[in-house]
Amino acid sequence: MILNMGPQHPSTHGVLRLELQLEGEIITGVRPHIGYLHRCFEKHAEAMTYPQVIPYTDRMDYLASMYNEIGYAIAIEKLCGIEVPERVEYIRVIMGELQRIASHLVALGTYGLDIGAFTPFLYCFRDREKILSLFEITCGARLLYNYIWIGGLSHDLPPDFIRLTKEFIKYFRPNIKELNDLLSYNKIFIERLANVGILPLETAINYGITGPNLRASGLKWDLRKDDPYSVYHKFDFDIPIGKGWFGTVGDCWDRYYVRILEMQESLKIIEQAIEQLPEGDVTAAIPKRVKPPVGQIYQRVENPRGELGYFIISDGSVNPKRVKVRAPSFVNLAVMGELCKGHMVADVVAILGSIDIVLGEIDR
Amino acid sequence: MIYDYLFKITGSEIISGVIQSLLPLLFFILPFALFAVWLERKVSAHMQDRLGPMRVGYHGALQTIADIIKLIQKEDIVPKETDKPLFNIAPVLVFAGSYAAFAAIPFSSVFIGSTIDLGLLFIIAVSGLVVAGILMAGWASNNKYSLLGAMRSAAQIISYEIPTILVILSIVMITGTLNLHTLSEMQTAYFWNWMIFGGPGSGLDKIIFIPLMLLAFLIIYLSTLAEVNRTPFDIPEAESELVAGYHTEYSGMKFAMFFLAEYANMFAVSAIVSALFFGGYQSPFGYIGNYIGLQWLVPIEQFFWFTAKGVFFVFVQMWLRWTLPRLRVDQLMAVCWKYLIPLSFVNLIIIGLITVL
Repeated sequence: MILNMGPQHPSTHGVLRLELQLEGEIITGVRPHIGYLHRCFEKHAEAMTYPQVIPYTDRMDYLASMYNEIGYAIAIEKLCGIEVPERVEYIRVIMGELQRIASHLVALGTYGLDIGAFTPFLYCFRDREKILSLFEITCGARLLYNYIWIGGLSHDLPPDFIRLTKEFIKYFRPNIKELNDLLSYNKIFIERLANVGILPLETAINYGITGPNLRASGLKWDLRKDDPYSVYHKFDFDIPIGKGWFGTVGDCWDRYYVRILEMQESLKIIEQAIEQLPEGDVTAAIPKRVKPPVGQIYQRVENPRGELGYFIISDGSVNPKRVKVRAPSFVNLAVMGELCKGHMVADVVAILGSIDIVLGEIDR
Repeated sequence: MIYDYLFKITGSEIISGVIQSLLPLLFFILPFALFAVWLERKVSAHMQDRLGPMRVGYHGALQTIADIIKLIQKEDIVPKETDKPLFNIAPVLVFAGSYAAFAAIPFSSVFIGSTIDLGLLFIIAVSGLVVAGILMAGWASNNKYSLLGAMRSAAQIISYEIPTILVILSIVMITGTLNLHTLSEMQTAYFWNWMIFGGPGSGLDKIIFIPLMLLAFLIIYLSTLAEVNRTPFDIPEAESELVAGYHTEYSGMKFAMFFLAEYANMFAVSAIVSALFFGGYQSPFGYIGNYIGLQWLVPIEQFFWFTAKGVFFVFVQMWLRWTLPRLRVDQLMAVCWKYLIPLSFVNLIIIGLITVL
């Protein structure tokens, strides 16, 4: 039997269509069909000036907008040779890590929803709400920020921000434990996820998987450490990897739990960044019209979902000649067919949720 | 008692019998289903740090009525490729199956639809209609998700009926009756006469029965949870996999019938569990009516206790639903065939031996 899952389906995380080939309830093949949310980002970018592209990057991975902006801004700055003030780098790190927590909270909450636990989802959203309020007081927007600009930021931090962020960290630490008690160590939850959708390290590397999915398979690979950008080299944090806590290394539970551990590491980074945050200006001296010299650059950053890469070609004019994005969700989704074989329909949902895709980024 | 009165007025056995069987439906279950839907929303909301319905009536108390009015007004959509007769019959069958069970449930010593001697058997048999209805709905919808949901549901309900019946059998071996009214009467006086505390007997038997009864209660509670498709066993309508399972294609009042049937079913199984193990309508510590000499107060108190016990178990079902994730199909079957059925057989044999000796 061929079962069409999506594009209108409660747990395909947007408008993904999965064509499942079934033998009873056992899956023999999966073909993801994408493109339902295609908005021509890359083509649009060619008609925009460099700063005008930033709001479009927001709309790719709409759960990690800050990080998309960071990646793009760093790429253009490197292309133009702009030095940004140190304070800007620190604020970018704080924003990026807050965004990572917010993004992982959505991933974990909706994952619970996929497995049938409704309540943790709202608990996660309650905490994410606090982060969104922090963003809101900073730049006025809750989802699509346009906060990180080329050579700086749109505003400095509001006066209350540091205090509120410290309060948030204090509030959020116990909530991770609460989430663990509520969902992670639930017997049924573990039964559903352990030894399901095992992604061996070799397959992961062959498919180009990055981010928490790769780390859950057991490789300590994080661009924040391995190809440092911004000021990440100044902070002390660990890279959690999957250890096969309840099953095999690289199963769905590992992918889930690595994200929880990453949230704790992000909290550590934010704490250190707030401690060290220098005073100073938040905009570098950049020309009114950003005109990078002729050339090209590939800049990659560690987005909550993996390696987000921008390949930008400049022809010396105010518009980029080409902006190509390496979207982590897009690459990670490709392994779907490999993971699902031999599992049941219910496991497709579990595996898809554990890969944590955002359709806005896949289709762009 | 009600029957005699009706018989006096109408002078016909059939008419008075039918009216009496309809009474619980009209005076209890329909209002209860409305209440339970509201309760579910409130319970879930408060467990999730939300408020739930607040606008219609006091704390949203009239929300369900508003919803039902909305559903009645809706267009009755029958998709083109469906098997129309089956598609139309299915919700009626599910509705009838779950509501007919109430005819044999004693709400108090006088408020009983029908005191048939095979009450328990009747309830189990009539609940079987629900499976047929679900299968029909899944097949007639001509939708792959519905069909998958229906197949799962049929497999699940039929499997979980086995431990339920085995536990009921072990109770029957102790009490020697299938009549729920008699069963409740046996557990009268104080709460230590309830079956969960070893039943009305005395001596060594009673003490040995207690752990066995606890086990039996756990088994029957889990399997009835599966029979009414509640989390963690709500696989037939697992919304994250099968959208809405067998009732995906239904809308308007037909959908509402599935919906209300589900809530009626929840109370029906809670009622059976409380009648079997928790004294049915019996008060845990005597009746105020008896103390102050107002005999007519006793049935009202009994009704209160019965409803309270039923609602409590319904509440536990909701609690579980909003706390636990969902099992997978094969795990669900494993729970039934590997654990519940062997355990209930062992339980049955031990109880049988004790009663014989």
